Amino acid sequence: MKTHTRRMLVLVMMLTLAACQQPAPVTAAPEDTGGSAKGDFGPPVGEPIEAILTAPPLVPPATGRKQPAKVVVNLEVREIEKEISEGVTYTFWTFGGTVPGSFIRIRQGDTVEFHLNNHPDSKMPHNIDLHAVTGPGGGAASSFTAPGHSSQFTFKALNAGLYVYHCATAPVGMHVANGMYGLILVEPPEGLPAVDKEYYVMQGDFYTVGKYREKGLQPFDMQKAIEENATYVLFNGSEGALLGDNALPAKVGETVRLYVGNGGPNLSSSFHVIGEIFDKVWFEGGTRYQENVQTTMVPAGGSAIVEFRAEVPGTSVIVDHALFRAFNKGALGMLKFEGPEDKTIYSGKEIDSVYLGDKAASAAPVAAAAQAAATGALTLEQQVKSGEALFAGTCSTCHQSNGAGLPNVFPPLAKSDYLNADKDRAIAIILNGLSGPVTVNGASYNSVMPPMSQLNDDEIANILTYTYNSWDNAGGQISAADVARVRAATPRPEGAAH
Amino acid sequence: MRLLPLAMLMVPALGLAGGGYVTLPGGSYKSVLAYEDTGGTVTLAPFELMKRPVTNAEFLKFVRRLPQWQRDRVPSVFAESRYLAHWASATALGSAALPEQPVVMVSWFAASAYCEAAGARLPTWNEWEYAAAADATRADARADPAWREQILSWYAKPSNQPLAEVGQSPANHYGVQDLHGLVWEWTEDYASMLVSADNRTQQEQDRLQFCGAGAIAMDDRENYAVLMRVALLSSMEAANLTSNLGFRCARSIDEGTP
Repeated sequence: MKTHTRRMLVLVMMLTLAACQQPAPVTAAPEDTGGSAKGDFGPPVGEPIEAILTAPPLVPPATGRKQPAKVVVNLEVREIEKEISEGVTYTFWTFGGTVPGSFIRIRQGDTVEFHLNNHPDSKMPHNIDLHAVTGPGGGAASSFTAPGHSSQFTFKALNAGLYVYHCATAPVGMHVANGMYGLILVEPPEGLPAVDKEYYVMQGDFYTVGKYREKGLQPFDMQKAIEENATYVLFNGSEGALLGDNALPAKVGETVRLYVGNGGPNLSSSFHVIGEIFDKVWFEGGTRYQENVQTTMVPAGGSAIVEFRAEVPGTSVIVDHALFRAFNKGALGMLKFEGPEDKTIYSGKEIDSVYLGDKAASAAPVAAAAQAAATGALTLEQQVKSGEALFAGTCSTCHQSNGAGLPNVFPPLAKSDYLNADKDRAIAIILNGLSGPVTVNGASYNSVMPPMSQLNDDEIANILTYTYNSWDNAGGQISAADVARVRAATPRPEGAAH
Repeated sequence: MRLLPLAMLMVPALGLAGGGYVTLPGGSYKSVLAYEDTGGTVTLAPFELMKRPVTNAEFLKFVRRLPQWQRDRVPSVFAESRYLAHWASATALGSAALPEQPVVMVSWFAASAYCEAAGARLPTWNEWEYAAAADATRADARADPAWREQILSWYAKPSNQPLAEVGQSPANHYGVQDLHGLVWEWTEDYASMLVSADNRTQQEQDRLQFCGAGAIAMDDRENYAVLMRVALLSSMEAANLTSNLGFRCARSIDEGTP
């Protein structure tokens, strides 16, 4: 009887234990870092270290430290006039002379002695709120600094992560709209995994009295800012900051990490790289990463760390995938990957044939022109009609069906000084392609157009005749004989596509 | 006989008023500052205000007459080390400080002393704000977006350019010039119009920090043009100075003395 009772007791205990264990996986999340409560690794060890600050798009090297240190940061506020777009300037208020401000890199547990120096030429007082600070205002009240003065405060970085800093002086929105933001990376104690390339990209929205690309020094427009009606949405503070020669370079096979921030003041970013998939995204700049992401949301006053491997050569375009910002307000950047092709991963264009879908009827002019050309009775009107259909199938993808092109990426054919200046050159470009910098209607472009080797002389003649007789261009007629002459005079480069 | 020293003091005051004074009628107007007692409505007695900011030439006369305000003699509690640093010497202007440019790099103490020596005083914030609310045709143009935008455009000008000479801008409704677009200006009571150093605190401001009537907040948050002027002044201490901060003097009318 006694043993029986004991057995019963054991059984009851086991049942109770099982019942207790049930909720355990829910309450104790695995691998909790402990946040700020576990972020204090004690007093700083060793001599104070002067922080290395970098201007965008560069990132300071990893701290490589295993112990907490005292880090001295000297950040200078400057109010400077700089180009926001070609021929357009703006008076930016900056941390360190750049938009975004200098990148700061420290390790969790570090004690940071922060010096905010407001240049004597400044008109305004400024301060700084670092989202990496635990304390009222993030340092703002302690760093309120008149022109020609310097403030000091000290904080311990208790949480790891990628944090935005910004000015918080009245009127805050205007200080931020003028470019007063940047990023501070607080590495976790073990550091971040090593990668081949690290870059610093930060989005911001700007509000000017003049319209987008209206030339001259443009003042801040308070009303547009209140209405959140941005004139410019930019990466790294100017339209060309990451385009052309400023594209971010990497080699095929390298892993690239972008520290992405969004200063706002108003707009959230749908951050995307065309032709890339983010292998990892430390979303919201926090501790965990998501894998295999196409577009990540970066809120105003927030961040993300994205990582990907360059698999094939070419240019990948960084955009805010809210697309009118990308193509009409400047939110474009470029990554340039160099290295050998891998056709098994990406073939390049294998076949280009005209597909007109339900517009197939319009193929008729092409056939009519081909027939007329064969009999030697081709008219200008036939050429234009044929060229229009061919243009829609081949050229309009990049140059747009209205010939306007895309700002910074694809030059315009409409009212194009470059096109009208030299007809033989236009023929040669279709035959051989074009890469490298060109200036069209005062704007510079640095993209790649492949050779259109699939087009015959008649087709090229018709496309160009259509182009020259459209959109206020110079007019005139290109004959197949013209094309044949140029084709004979300009041998195709070795290795041209097709 | 007792009055004689006072009279002697007053005589040198002549010559320190530059473009002279204009008379402003005063009356009631709405301040952008939300005073706790009146909710922002302010009543001003008639007063006189200098037509233009004080110039380098005028300030040079002042420091020659009262050498204790020369930059190599002034105690550091009254002016920080950069006081008049852009002048060629303690008693000469030089190429970085033209005679007709507004004097800048002066502390509140120095500005106050100048006005006192001129038989005047610094204007109060309310007097300054009232005078500066006017444009060329209206006594209060503050609700006009174009007027605000024009003021804001000054902030878009880089601050590394030499300052214009005084008196270049059109006179406003009262006949006062250069209230906007040239320099910030000290006011007599600037130290009582503290705004929070962290602009975003809403209800939680440390009220003990702001004594009595000084406990004010920005009422008109859309009026960035004025908001920024208040922010600049509230970042200053009385010995501080900047390369954009000058002053002009005011006089009360009814009492006959400052």
